[in-house]
Amino acid sequence: MKFTISWLKEHLDTKIQDNSIIEKLTDIGLEVESFENLNSDLDNFKVAKIINAEQHPNADRLRVCDVDIGQENNVKVVCGAPNAKKDLLTVYAGPGSIIPKNNMKLSISKIRGVTSYGMLCSESELNLSDESEGITELKTAKYSNKVGENFFKNKNEKVVDLSITPNRPDCLGVRGIARDLAAAGAGKLKNISNSNIKKNGSQKIKVSISKEKNQGCTVFGSCLITGVSNKESPKWLKEKIISLGQKPISAIVDITNYIMLDLNRPLHAYDADKIDREIIVRNSKKGETFEALDNKEYKLDDNMCVISDKSGVLGLGGVIGGTRSGTEINTKNILLESAYFIPRSIRKTSKILNIDTDAKFRFERGIDPQSIELGLSKAAELISEICGGKISNFDVQKADEYEKNKIKFNVSLFEKITGFKVDDNEIVKILTDLGFEVSKNKLELDLKIPTWRPDITQPIDIVEEIVRIKGYNNIETLEPEKNKIKDTLNKQQKLFHFLQRSVASKGYFETVTWSFTDSKINNFFKESLKEIKIVNPISSDLDVLRNSIFTNLTFYLKKNLDRGFKDISLFEIGPIFKNSKPGEQLTVIGAIKSGKVSRLNWNEKERPVDVFDVKKDVIQTLVEAGYDRKSFFIRDKSPSYYHPGKAGSVYLDKDDIEPVAYFGDIHPNIIKKLDIKTEGLVGFEIYLDHLKENKIKLKDQKPNFEYSDYQKSERDFAFIVDKNFKAQDLIEIISSIDQNLIRSIKIFDIYEGENIPDGKKSIAINVIIQSSEKTLEETDLEKINKLIISTVETKTGAKIRS
Amino acid sequence: MSDIKKIKDEFLNKLDSDLNIEILNQIKTELFGKNGKISNSFKSLGSLPNDERKKFASDLNSIKEELQEKINSKLQEIEIKEINSKLENEKVDVTLPEREFNRGKIHPVSQVIDEISSIFSEIGFSVEEGPDIENEHYNFTALNTPDNHPARDMHDTFYLDNNKELLLRTHTSPVQVRTMLNGKPPFKIIAPGRTYRSDSDQTHSPMFHQVEGLHIDKDINMGHLKGCLNYFIKSFFEVDKIKMRFRPSHFPFTEPSAEVDIGYELKNGKIVIGEGDKWLEILGCGMVHPNVLKNVKVNPDKYQGYAFGIGIDRLGMLKYGINDLRAFFETDYRWLNHFGFDPLDVPSNYRGLSR
Repeated sequence: MKFTISWLKEHLDTKIQDNSIIEKLTDIGLEVESFENLNSDLDNFKVAKIINAEQHPNADRLRVCDVDIGQENNVKVVCGAPNAKKDLLTVYAGPGSIIPKNNMKLSISKIRGVTSYGMLCSESELNLSDESEGITELKTAKYSNKVGENFFKNKNEKVVDLSITPNRPDCLGVRGIARDLAAAGAGKLKNISNSNIKKNGSQKIKVSISKEKNQGCTVFGSCLITGVSNKESPKWLKEKIISLGQKPISAIVDITNYIMLDLNRPLHAYDADKIDREIIVRNSKKGETFEALDNKEYKLDDNMCVISDKSGVLGLGGVIGGTRSGTEINTKNILLESAYFIPRSIRKTSKILNIDTDAKFRFERGIDPQSIELGLSKAAELISEICGGKISNFDVQKADEYEKNKIKFNVSLFEKITGFKVDDNEIVKILTDLGFEVSKNKLELDLKIPTWRPDITQPIDIVEEIVRIKGYNNIETLEPEKNKIKDTLNKQQKLFHFLQRSVASKGYFETVTWSFTDSKINNFFKESLKEIKIVNPISSDLDVLRNSIFTNLTFYLKKNLDRGFKDISLFEIGPIFKNSKPGEQLTVIGAIKSGKVSRLNWNEKERPVDVFDVKKDVIQTLVEAGYDRKSFFIRDKSPSYYHPGKAGSVYLDKDDIEPVAYFGDIHPNIIKKLDIKTEGLVGFEIYLDHLKENKIKLKDQKPNFEYSDYQKSERDFAFIVDKNFKAQDLIEIISSIDQNLIRSIKIFDIYEGENIPDGKKSIAINVIIQSSEKTLEETDLEKINKLIISTVETKTGAKIRS
Repeated sequence: MSDIKKIKDEFLNKLDSDLNIEILNQIKTELFGKNGKISNSFKSLGSLPNDERKKFASDLNSIKEELQEKINSKLQEIEIKEINSKLENEKVDVTLPEREFNRGKIHPVSQVIDEISSIFSEIGFSVEEGPDIENEHYNFTALNTPDNHPARDMHDTFYLDNNKELLLRTHTSPVQVRTMLNGKPPFKIIAPGRTYRSDSDQTHSPMFHQVEGLHIDKDINMGHLKGCLNYFIKSFFEVDKIKMRFRPSHFPFTEPSAEVDIGYELKNGKIVIGEGDKWLEILGCGMVHPNVLKNVKVNPDKYQGYAFGIGIDRLGMLKYGINDLRAFFETDYRWLNHFGFDPLDVPSNYRGLSR
């Protein structure tokens, strides 16, 4: 909402400084977006006189003019206007000026070989009118002694731009703003002068509001003004319209706009001669069409509030008028409409048709239903003043009687909510200044709500009115109480934070990427999950919710590789989506690692990253989080986006149904399709929702500290097994032979090749044997040795390597 | 006697000179070997008369001990010498780089969320979460924003179905609704998380982070709200003084509503929070609207309290001098490294937010 300070002062009697007004606006909840001198850019536009106009040497249609701009030397301007003649008074824009119409910035330029210092402007270029045929012609009588002066005179005019919250339609008019300021002590609200228009005869065009369900119009006021001569608006009106960044059109249109900006009372003017017999306000029928003032043809649905005549739809009530009955410069008789439309109906219609107009914006927030006659008389007065004409009596059709809302307000609620007290009398004054009718009734106030405040419906709204006018700075700052109702984090949240930092501590950079992604990449990783499309994506390559963290990680990994990085470790912890209902999401860590380990290292051999790098990271992370490595079970199954032979899944327990993590090489086909160029690409995923709560908690007492000081013995074995035989099984078999004696099992070599039969491999293990009761003798050791060999051989078909 | 004295003097003399291990061993044999001089002297004990034998034996023993000690110390001396001479050849260039280590980083958004959680934990708030996909009811209607309300236009919403029933939450406020529906007052929670609006330019990104706050009890008023936010802002920016301004505003789910600005000044192109004469809007808040309380089955005549919503990314930008919001989500390795935090820097009550 824009307005000028001088316009505000037409409603507000005040002596306070502009800056105090601005502060006050902010203090009462009317947020100031900007406060600046009006159009300082417009200072570049000068009244000028063409001293001489010659034919351009290289262009038939151009003239080279010597222009007097009130300075010592004339300037040369190349001009294409047919009316650029010697002695013409016009408007000159110097280099650096910004042309209001198209925001083009002027510079000194050569036009067909002749340098032009600025430009002579048409009215259209200055947003004064649509006249674009020639340059502006100024009247000699008025401007002959003003050459060199600024053409736009609003130099000291200051424009305020407010961001009005949707609950305050009343402040979409300058008067509403003035009223709020007055209540806050910034001055006195001036009375609206009584109009002394002469009304003659009845309004001859019959108006009716049809009685039907969902009728969107409750009041339709109108008057007829006959014998007008529409014209350009006078300068004061044009300047008012321009000062708010709008474009003057014609006196009649400008006047209706002016009333709307001044009082937030939208009006509509019809060319009365184009109305077919009568006005019927009714619901539209599906399929009806009309051409609106935005020159678009709209096809209507059922139950939209239309203003129609005998021939059909004239316009959408409160949204947009139609071209068929629009006023033009030669309009003689006008019908002026001032109506009330129900916000819900306006919103629905404009949403369906996707129309956004000033009127719609106001009606959907709620217009004062009792401003109908005020609007008509203010507008009629101005129209007859500027365009002449006779004004008919007002015709006001009502489909519904309007009653003021009432609220009983218990003053104690104010202190209960705000924590401070305001004197009852002051409360009454504030509310009265805001337009409430207040009567005191013991502890309660009986309030009648001003009709321009549709937002006020219950006592809490009254609290807000008082506290915002009184000032939020009166609210005390109370020390926060430290009492706790619940633990700060629950188990799952603690796990989240722990794992996040655990993964990061292994050299991964945490990233945060969109929850949505490119469906083309997502397809590589979505497995059997449902694709969740966004109906209105921000761009076509962010069209689905991600089914996997890898989608974005691989995308951004590639970007970083393209930046010249090679060895990259990235992870993200966040949601992936299984389906489109609330809660159908999982929290997942996705991590990815590219390139080489020990690249260009002076003392270690470099190698590409591999599956055991990520296996280490994933297992270590889980162990750090408190899960028992001994009960983990690894399977070689993994989602299809991993390498089929170099990936696996981690189960917390052999019997678990769902894995808690996957790890492995990313499938080479995907790497190829995504055009990722790196020596190695591995990754892992941890599903937080699948991680059960630890049985052993940190707060629990630890088990007794038991240890053995008896001598340890180490024995090495090498078994020849099938190539597909899993090391995990070997360890499991041996460790279950005698858990009291076998303390640890370590695989120290895997060998295939010479001396090993085809299809077989050798696994070499080191076993530590120790008793907690005695020092083992050679015979004991021999016994356990034999048991290990025989058990492994019988259970697996392995052969000890001699 | 003079014989063994002679042996002693002779060998002590020998042992004083510069010896290597071979010569030392040779000396040992000469003295204590089978036919060694000391061994032989012991053998001669038997042939001595009784009265002399005792004295001789005692002298011999003390000479033996003295020589042995000397040999041992000489041995040690030689060994140390040998180690030292070996070490001279073992010198490495310690200025060569250490073995590689990879330092990971925590994203600033995560760090800021942990900071926020730590601060609110101190004043008794617990952390709640809610789903990223919401339905229209939880995101709008239950929050006193019915379909025909123009306030809906303040949020550019991503929808997941054509009926506009399912959407990506536009704010963290639905967590309020879920929390209150699932529990009984009092409530004292914060809810950090991802939020989404179909808006994208320099200062808006289609996904961003908010933290919601909610405190409902019997007598929680706007003074508590002001106190809580004042405490939070001061703790978060780690300054003693903060200039703060509450401005009336409007949100459908709070009444009265406020926006909060903090004072700042520009120093060398960077925003410095605390003093200064410029204002920066950082959050919206207010007293929870009675309609919202009714919608979640909390009696507004018995319970009241405040709610607030803060942009997490923006807080992070201000505190850590990050200019571009979009960069948060672009995974530039250099950016993550520059603005990221060491995973061991865990913000907490007792050790403070930062090092």
